[in-house]
Amino acid sequence: MTDQVFGRVSAHPFFARLTDQQLAALSGDGTPVAYGRGERIFAEGGVADRFWLVEAGSVALDMRVPGRGDQIIETLIGGTVLGWSWLDAPYRWHFGAVAREETATIVFDAASVRERCDADPAFGYAILRCFTPVIIERLQATRLRVLDLYASPAQADRAEARS
Amino acid sequence: MTALVEPVAASAAMPYPYRVVSRRVDTYDTVTLELEHDIGPLPAFAAGQFAMLTAYGIGEVPISVSGVVDSGDGRARRLVHTLRAVGAVTKALHATQPGGVIGVRGPYGTTWDEPSAAGRDVVIVAGGIGLAPLRPVIRAVVANRSRYRRLTLLIGARTPADLLYAEELRRWGDDGVEVGVTVDRPDDGWTGHVGVVTTLLAGAQVDPANSVAFVCGPEVMMRFTARALVAQGIAAERIRVSLERNMRCGVGWCGHCQLGPVLVCRDGPVVDWARAEPLMSVREL
Repeated sequence: MTDQVFGRVSAHPFFARLTDQQLAALSGDGTPVAYGRGERIFAEGGVADRFWLVEAGSVALDMRVPGRGDQIIETLIGGTVLGWSWLDAPYRWHFGAVAREETATIVFDAASVRERCDADPAFGYAILRCFTPVIIERLQATRLRVLDLYASPAQADRAEARS
Repeated sequence: MTALVEPVAASAAMPYPYRVVSRRVDTYDTVTLELEHDIGPLPAFAAGQFAMLTAYGIGEVPISVSGVVDSGDGRARRLVHTLRAVGAVTKALHATQPGGVIGVRGPYGTTWDEPSAAGRDVVIVAGGIGLAPLRPVIRAVVANRSRYRRLTLLIGARTPADLLYAEELRRWGDDGVEVGVTVDRPDDGWTGHVGVVTTLLAGAQVDPANSVAFVCGPEVMMRFTARALVAQGIAAERIRVSLERNMRCGVGWCGHCQLGPVLVCRDGPVVDWARAEPLMSVREL
């Protein structure tokens, strides 16, 4: 199983910066998991004790809005990572996540990965260097969406009036 | 390399009357008009070029061509423009019904020059109404499928209701085009992607060393998309964007559309990213 996980983790672009030794250590904390369409992966407010490499399929990040149900914030596709609330206390999910279709992932035990990071700062730095670009990219994407670039002047005016 | 087409002097300053022969409502504020005239052959519009459309008595605006219809004999019969009702002129054009007359000057500007992408992967990234100027490129590549390798079309829209050409999107998908669509604001029935269009690039099958990219949308969207394409390994010279400025004369005489050393109506609207990037990074240029 570990060899299989190692192969899949090594092939995933998200951890391309890691050395074989680091990938091997990380693979020890990983387990392949598949989710069916509509299956909830985690819920807002739950304990952030895992993270996932999304290999194929897609996942919706959502948030419960009173009166409007679960609102989709963003979708993630194969080749990226799901979950970073495990990186920092209080280790709680800020959003929920649902598989939008058959989705193949590798799930990692976050507490174990954190322990490895604490025990081996070089490993920890390498892990953070994998996560940081994704965090920056998603922050920039969110900022772009705040700009509402595709809105017509009338739509932009209405949105501004509501805010 | 985008192609520069010299303006035709006789058509440079005078709008010709064209009749609206069909009007399709694409979204609540966007229509596609097919235009015809009775004064000889249609001017040779190419993908990427624009026309100055006149709403008589109100004014004129630059609108990119979104298609040319021929009747099967290779001779262009109709000019197709997709336009969004935003200001006084576009609202008047938008409201023009079949049988109504609008003025047309052009063609003006550079072309997407999609034939030069033959033998390569073609990556098309459109944001909002930016899909309209790219539609002729998609149609040309689909019509000449064997000349090109993989065709990937990535589209970003504000909401599902703002998506253009829904029927054609399905048809292009059936024709083997890899179509990815994402929206900023999903509605309850939306099962597709949510987020900015650049997020779709990660899942696209693209050979960066052998791809040509065509990008059109709001300037900020083009900036981020072009940077993401460069980060994927596509050379700036093989990324083409369509610039938008306040085009007035259409032929480089008046200077209204000057963008640094570039007169967008004459040297653009289509330029490669190597040329566009330094211009787009200058504040207030």
